[in-house]
Amino acid sequence: MDLSLEDRTEGDRTVLVVGGEIDVYTAPKLREKLIDLVGAGNHHLVVDMENVEFLDSTGLGVLVGGLKRVRAHDGSLRLVCTQERILKIFRITGLTKVFPIHDSVADAVAATD
Amino acid sequence: MATVELLLPPLAAHVRTARIVGVAAARRAGLDDDHIADLRLALGESCARAVSLHLEHAPDTPIKVVVRDDATGLTVEVTDAGPPATTPVAPVDLLDLDDTTTDPQVALTVLAGLVEGLVVTPLTIGTTVTLKWSLPPKETTTGRAGVSSLTADL
Repeated sequence: MDLSLEDRTEGDRTVLVVGGEIDVYTAPKLREKLIDLVGAGNHHLVVDMENVEFLDSTGLGVLVGGLKRVRAHDGSLRLVCTQERILKIFRITGLTKVFPIHDSVADAVAATD
Repeated sequence: MATVELLLPPLAAHVRTARIVGVAAARRAGLDDDHIADLRLALGESCARAVSLHLEHAPDTPIKVVVRDDATGLTVEVTDAGPPATTPVAPVDLLDLDDTTTDPQVALTVLAGLVEGLVVTPLTIGTTVTLKWSLPPKETTTGRAGVSSLTADL
């Protein structure tokens, strides 16, 4: 399955719903989307990964890149993920300490820094 | 017992090809679903790492992938033609990453956390990354571990 990306606004947050596979082939598409969103002034992002079926280290690198971009604008990037097979790669790489990871979009949108 | 060999052009799109073939071979060998998910990610990481190295160092050379099912378990070997890997795998600060490519060291870090039976073998040219999983005992009626059904399915 290819990568799907849809964004919407919830209050002062921008929710990016990601679906499908984030791998070495599709990660550039996610990278461009994050660059576009930040470039358009969306500095508080919630990335909903509940429909992500696959995530590799290239995808992680893109998410880290997104985090660095929003932080440059004093923004935030929160993840929504409850899938064990996706959370596993965050744990292996220690990125659970870098990204706030929430159980639901509502929880992520309501969270404050 | 069966061996599947692939020669992949070093293109990002073909990492998915390797994953699909690897998962199919692993299912056929009897690997359980939890480990299938690990294999899918580990094979993807290994091939993405190889693609990254080949694009920089050996763009015209294919990447070799071997999936072997034998009495010792399920073995996946991914051999690249990049600079030989340095072992042991050094930790990498992910916050320093370039987000436009697969970092070969990060890929190895993920593999080390994912696969208990990971072996990284530097070669004269390139590296072989070996991933290994145990397989459940096969049900047999003849004592010849699944040979007849394998032949029938082929």
